[in-house]
Amino acid sequence: MPDNKEKFEQLNQVIEELKDQPGALMPILQHAQSIFGCVSLDVQKVIADSLGVTLSEVYGVATFYSQFKLKPSGKYIVSVCLGTACYVKGSQKVLEKLSEELKIPVGDTTDDGLFTLSATRCLGACGLAPVMTVNDEVYGRLTPDQIPAIIAKYRG
Amino acid sequence: MENMINLTIDGVQVSAPAGSTVLEAARLANIHIPTLCYLKDVNQIGACRVCVVDVGARALQAACVYPISEGMVVKTNTPEVRSARKTVVELLLSIHDRKCLSCVRNNNCELQDLCRDLGIDDDDRFAGERNHYDVDDASVSIVRDNNKCVLCRRCVAACHTLQNVGVIGPVRRGFNSAIESPWKVQLAQTSCVGCGQCIVACPVGALKEKDSIKAVDALLASGKHVVVQPAPAVRAALGEEFGMPMGTSVTGKMVAALRRLGFAKVFDVDFGADLTILEEGTELVQRLTNGGVLPMITSCSPGWIKYCETYNPDFIPNLSSCKSPHEMLGAVIKSYYAEKAGIDPKDIAVVSVMPCTAKKGEAKRPELSVNGLADVDEVITTRELARMIRRAGIDFANLPDEDFDSVLGESTGAGVIFGATGGVMEAALRFAYEVVTGKELEQVEFHEVRGLKGVKEADIDLNGTKLSVAVAHGTANAQKLLDSVRSGEKTYQFMEVMCCPGGCVTGGGQPIVKSDVRAGVNVSAVRAKALYDEDAGKARRKSQDNEELKVLYKEYLGEPGSHKAHHLLHTTYTARDKYENIK
Ligand code: SF4
Ligand code: SF4
Ligand code: SF4
Ligand code: FES
Ligand code: FES
Repeated sequence: MPDNKEKFEQLNQVIEELKDQPGALMPILQHAQSIFGCVSLDVQKVIADSLGVTLSEVYGVATFYSQFKLKPSGKYIVSVCLGTACYVKGSQKVLEKLSEELKIPVGDTTDDGLFTLSATRCLGACGLAPVMTVNDEVYGRLTPDQIPAIIAKYRG
Repeated sequence: MENMINLTIDGVQVSAPAGSTVLEAARLANIHIPTLCYLKDVNQIGACRVCVVDVGARALQAACVYPISEGMVVKTNTPEVRSARKTVVELLLSIHDRKCLSCVRNNNCELQDLCRDLGIDDDDRFAGERNHYDVDDASVSIVRDNNKCVLCRRCVAACHTLQNVGVIGPVRRGFNSAIESPWKVQLAQTSCVGCGQCIVACPVGALKEKDSIKAVDALLASGKHVVVQPAPAVRAALGEEFGMPMGTSVTGKMVAALRRLGFAKVFDVDFGADLTILEEGTELVQRLTNGGVLPMITSCSPGWIKYCETYNPDFIPNLSSCKSPHEMLGAVIKSYYAEKAGIDPKDIAVVSVMPCTAKKGEAKRPELSVNGLADVDEVITTRELARMIRRAGIDFANLPDEDFDSVLGESTGAGVIFGATGGVMEAALRFAYEVVTGKELEQVEFHEVRGLKGVKEADIDLNGTKLSVAVAHGTANAQKLLDSVRSGEKTYQFMEVMCCPGGCVTGGGQPIVKSDVRAGVNVSAVRAKALYDEDAGKARRKSQDNEELKVLYKEYLGEPGSHKAHHLLHTTYTARDKYENIK
């Protein structure tokens, strides 16, 4: 990808600027995340090698703070509302079903890069509770057994 | 005179050097403060809070990191202190897989000791949910079981600080925190060098060597001619497993025990060490005279080899092409000995007893074979040998002393000291001196390369020719040495590197010494002394004086460095990418 090269150049610049200050790893990871949208394995390798620390240290910090994402978001962001209204109407069950169907925990992205599963707060569509969105499409009055069919649509 | 500080601990007046911690000061007063995450000189992070004491501050403080000050009053045994420590351990137990009876560390476990010493009377006090982890046993050397991990990070410090490898570390946080390799890969996929320093740092059964006892059992039952060969360092530590004092040399009993376990022949890796010296020393002299790549670096330590291949591939041309001693001897067993004994090499199996876990991986390297037969079939650690001896009901302490088998059993003092850092260097110097000068070496001891300094340097006078040498042990020290050579700051002709701090006597396969013992004794020095004493007591102390070795060259190999010697005893190396298998 051509723009990836540019992003790595940006990253190297950031590292160059920050690397001599103590505790540089954290701000570098933050910049990396805003450049790439996540701190993937390749990004972490570059950071580790240019700071002279181990990949194990970089990965340790990146997993310690929930602000960091390890993979780019999937093509489809599946968000389940866990707001009060939806929760009461069983959105937790919907979320669990999705997790099972996609074989990933909440917050993670499938290995094929298609789906990212997340939980959100009230989407302002409480009348349709329980609600989930897939990118811009909204699905309401959901039951867990509807999930496989909906996901199948996006798998194509 | 050091600046001394006076304080009171449990009513006892103590005077301790400035800069000491409360834990160190208490030790001087013979007051025992329990610890868990603390490992002297390796891990001093104040993380587990098992060592808390009352220092008169508002909160209890971790004795292992809290500095002493003049007039300080410390209480280590108040009800509050006892209860705080107990709670810490009870919480650890709530997430611990407590199958002591089948645990490799049963009866040698610091968590068991704490439970006993702190009077834990309910191991389910904080019963609740706990994480279940898959055991990581894909590595040929190391098994990690996070279900038994107490998160003390001693292994992490050993891997990062002592070894400069750093392939394990804390990940995630809170209830989900664990010690793992990055990106959820197994240890086998990382550039772990297999040294086992993490195992000997671990207070519990979360780390152990990959078992090879079952494979040895199978060999012994297979009808093959199974030959065993123990490494130099094994005899300096095996006795500890049977209650003998540290530093007891148990060579004769070890040989007797191996025979009783059913091995057909007991040969000595010390013989292989003497053989290595003739090959490696000859290679050195050739490099010196033919303008070969210098400094030449020793190649006996497979953890070091893997480290060099992975982290410093530009130094591969500097590595001696010599196989390590037990690999050499394995190749000789399956050729020279096979011929002599009239046995088809395919019907011979070689088992090595090693102070080392990296040797398990070394034996699996495809280049360490001759005509498709691996030089060494299985490697067990000193600890595994002790397990086999116990399992067989052998009363080790009361065994008679027995001798190694001919024709590969004789050794000189030079072979014996291979197990200590600087030993290979000293042995090589005893040989190179005579080759270069053509004179007899009178004073065989080279004290400048002995001892436990991280990097040792010496200029050796070979009758007018100066030989600059350096010795490093622990790959973090080795890295410093390599960096100084790479930058041009230092120039040497010959370097010895051992992967493990202290050399093989404190290898990752040796008996595990608990942290409170390690705090008071220098294990490497005590075990090394056993080897240096054995060397001093030997009639022959130079590899070139080994009579059985002379016969091997005369009847079979020809000269050191001959074509045949190269075919059997030398090897090649491969540059590796440290991230290759992390995906
Ligand atoms: S690590 Fe120690 S406490 Fe845990 S099961 Fe093993 S012996 Fe028991
Ligand atoms: S065996 Fe050595 S390199 Fe591998 S994890 Fe343990 S300490 Fe690190
Ligand atoms: S594996 Fe052992 S040394 Fe490492 S953190 Fe766990 S208990 Fe401590
Ligand atoms: S609570 Fe789910 S949309 Fe408001
Ligand atoms: S905090 Fe002192 S031993 Fe762990």
